[in-house]
Amino acid sequence: MSWLLDPFANFAFMQRALLGCLVISLGATPVGVFLLLRRMSLTGDAMAHAILPGAAVGYLVAGLNLGAMTIGGVVAGLIVALLTGAVARFTALREDASLAAFYLISLALGVLLVSLKGSNVDLMHVLFGTVLALDDAALTLLCAITTVTLVTLALIFRPLVLECADPRFLASVSRWSGPVHFLFLGLVVLNLVAGFQALGTLMAVGIMILPAAAARFWANSIGGMLAVAATVAALSSVAGLLASYHAGLPSGPAIILAAGTLYLLSLAFGPSGSLAARYWPRAHLDA
Amino acid sequence: MITRRMLLASATALAFAAPAFAQEKLRVIATFSILGDVTANVGGDRVEVITLVGPDGDAHVFQPAPTDAKAVAGAQLIVANGLGFEGWMDRLIEASGTTAALINASEGVSPIAFGEEEHAEEGGHEGHDHGDHAEEAGHDGYDHDDHADEVGHEWHDHGAFDPHAWQSPVNVALYVGNIAQGLSSVDPEGAAAYQANAAAYIAELDALDTEIRAAVAALPEDRRTVVTSHDAFGYLAAGYGLTFVAPQGVSTQAEASAQDVAALITQVRDAGIAAVFVENIADRRLLDQIASETGADIGGTLYSDALSGPEGPAATYLAMMRHNLSQLTAALAN
Repeated sequence: MSWLLDPFANFAFMQRALLGCLVISLGATPVGVFLLLRRMSLTGDAMAHAILPGAAVGYLVAGLNLGAMTIGGVVAGLIVALLTGAVARFTALREDASLAAFYLISLALGVLLVSLKGSNVDLMHVLFGTVLALDDAALTLLCAITTVTLVTLALIFRPLVLECADPRFLASVSRWSGPVHFLFLGLVVLNLVAGFQALGTLMAVGIMILPAAAARFWANSIGGMLAVAATVAALSSVAGLLASYHAGLPSGPAIILAAGTLYLLSLAFGPSGSLAARYWPRAHLDA
Repeated sequence: MITRRMLLASATALAFAAPAFAQEKLRVIATFSILGDVTANVGGDRVEVITLVGPDGDAHVFQPAPTDAKAVAGAQLIVANGLGFEGWMDRLIEASGTTAALINASEGVSPIAFGEEEHAEEGGHEGHDHGDHAEEAGHDGYDHDDHADEVGHEWHDHGAFDPHAWQSPVNVALYVGNIAQGLSSVDPEGAAAYQANAAAYIAELDALDTEIRAAVAALPEDRRTVVTSHDAFGYLAAGYGLTFVAPQGVSTQAEASAQDVAALITQVRDAGIAAVFVENIADRRLLDQIASETGADIGGTLYSDALSGPEGPAATYLAMMRHNLSQLTAALAN
């Protein structure tokens, strides 16, 4: 057991990394589950690109400053989310196309701004983040974002589930359809910003989507999926950090690859809709 | 190969014809700010130095812009560090279609292989032999093809050798010899001026060398180990008997693993390392974390791969080395 406990017992940075990852697991995975259910899994990826230039601008204005980069990322992400939602609701263009359009504009704008400033100093570190360097401010931010996410999800849970099942029905019986959608996109942005503190913008999407996709093979109810997804994310965090500690792997990719491994195992052997369940149902029952 | 060399020779001929007739300054590209400063010192008034990676920039992850390609295309001489430092350089040269000659400023330096920093104490003997190295370095200053190949397969992981050779003034004296040689070949009329500038600058480097030796000698034997965020001080360590440890391996391209950080924390705790230093180009959050966990002090900012802006404490190479030295001795002496 010492290989499991020693790293966390001896090093404060490992405890911080673990706490950060677990907090992200709690906040980001429910958002990922709803993204999955609404067939918007790739929206997370697009949003991560939309956030990146905002964070970059924040960095250029105020340096490696948690507040400035967070605000920049949130503002850029919300602008793209609002414009996307508005275009999808009020024009003929579908949501996926309008999101693609806006995130590409946002990304290009960000790269342009960074190049004009001409300094690429810490941007690589910003983009890839490092879960090993979470300070008090970053941990507080992660906890705050997760709290806001869970409270908001609890408040909009019913309309959100309805919206997953049949958005037109919700729109016909309630005027909450629009606000719920925007609130949800806001949560996506917030959680990606939280994730990029720890994992970087590119990896933040992984901890959101992979556990949700794995959970699909274990549970058929929304509640079940939420529970499994959070568990998968937490297990991946521990496994990834331990791999990073014992095998000397970079921590961000190690965590996401641990989640990817759990996803592949679920895909093959999960009880619900997996390869095993579909093509060897008898063998599965015997076992 | 022969045709390439012939092309180069004619390009060189064209290049040094230009300043003679037009009375224009020689346009020289230096790949990063430290090299730019050294080149400007050797070139003096006859040379206009254009620096690709500016102050506080990180040459490990530099992305050339079209303006850079344009500057390279219009230059008569390109001064690169070599030793695999500028991984992007041969692509930029190819893309710009430049006819400028390329010199490797680090030619003749005895390179330190990665992982050799542990033998820091033994390194002292290579202190004062820069004279003969400068001699052998000169004649293959134009070996364009060889250098391009060398750089080509070393980029990304920095290759086998630590490229940060300028961290020792003794090496920079070799740089100066190479640069003077390169400038003279492109602009033979200025050769005397370049040699004079080089000699004056080497005298300053020698003074700096003496200064560093004296400062390190004044430190207690057990107070010569410091932590920095990226392993860029191998030559300073080897030349002057200091020890540097870093959580990030040698390149800023690598992401630190938990194992590296844990090993470093253990080392700092066990060895009682007194000071943790921040560099001007690396993420200081990781170092803050290590410092708070071990109780070591955070020293000032060390400049490793880039100068500061003109207002900063490290606006020139000499100022940079003196700044680093004063930061180090201040933290280690008490």
